[in-house]
Amino acid sequence: MSKTSDISKQAASNTQTKAVEPPIRPAVDIFEDETGITVRADMPGVSHERLDIQIDKDTLAIEGKAEIPMPEGLEAIHADIRSTSYQRSFTISHELDGEKADAMLKDGILTLHIPKREQYQPRKIEVRVS
Amino acid sequence: MFASLRNFEGGLFDDFKRLEREMDQLLGHGPWSGGIRAAAHGSYPPINVGVTPERIDVYLFIAGVDPKQLEITLHQNLLTVKGERRLQPVEGAEFYRRERFDGEFHRAVNLPEDADPEKVEANYKDGVLHVAIERRETAKPRQIEVK
Repeated sequence: MSKTSDISKQAASNTQTKAVEPPIRPAVDIFEDETGITVRADMPGVSHERLDIQIDKDTLAIEGKAEIPMPEGLEAIHADIRSTSYQRSFTISHELDGEKADAMLKDGILTLHIPKREQYQPRKIEVRVS
Repeated sequence: MFASLRNFEGGLFDDFKRLEREMDQLLGHGPWSGGIRAAAHGSYPPINVGVTPERIDVYLFIAGVDPKQLEITLHQNLLTVKGERRLQPVEGAEFYRRERFDGEFHRAVNLPEDADPEKVEANYKDGVLHVAIERRETAKPRQIEVK
């Protein structure tokens, strides 16, 4: 028992000395099909209200805050995750239409689809028989 | 500065972040003494454990699983979580990045010895599994009255 409390005291003092933990870089899958690019990101703990996606001409920025209810006076005895914010950015190329992007968040997974502008979508060319 | 969506290698900035993370994993990070069953950092899913005098709170960061499929056991003071995460299959697309965990996992974490296996509650929200375990009465600090 005494050992456990020693460890937690150490853990607590450690978190105090490090004022700001760097944000978590969420793991992503990125794939492209004919219609556009899809990004899936693992962001456990993030709810709709705390998710922020910004797309401008050439940048996609994903940010989220994890909200995890914790009892008061909680002392950490083990922590793989040391930050409550997620952050990741990408550059996007001009054929992607950020204005038509569509995002969905379910059980901590963000699915973001950015379609290609119409003129870049493959078109089937009809061959007329003369 | 940012990695391109289509870049396989990622930008210099991304590489640097990855290196930093790998160094952390390699050298260990934080003052927590690892139990013999504790997995290295970077294994899935990440776990946080916190204690108060009344209970032990375990958080598993495990997005996109069906909590009913998880096998959670508490044997003495060893909490084990077994399950699998299967990513939604994607057909007819070209992948640029595949970083997310896909497959079976198994993790165990040592809790304080006074964890009460009879009083456990689990709750899944926004991809975080929260397991709250009460501590046995004897472990709670008691005020002793002086007569």
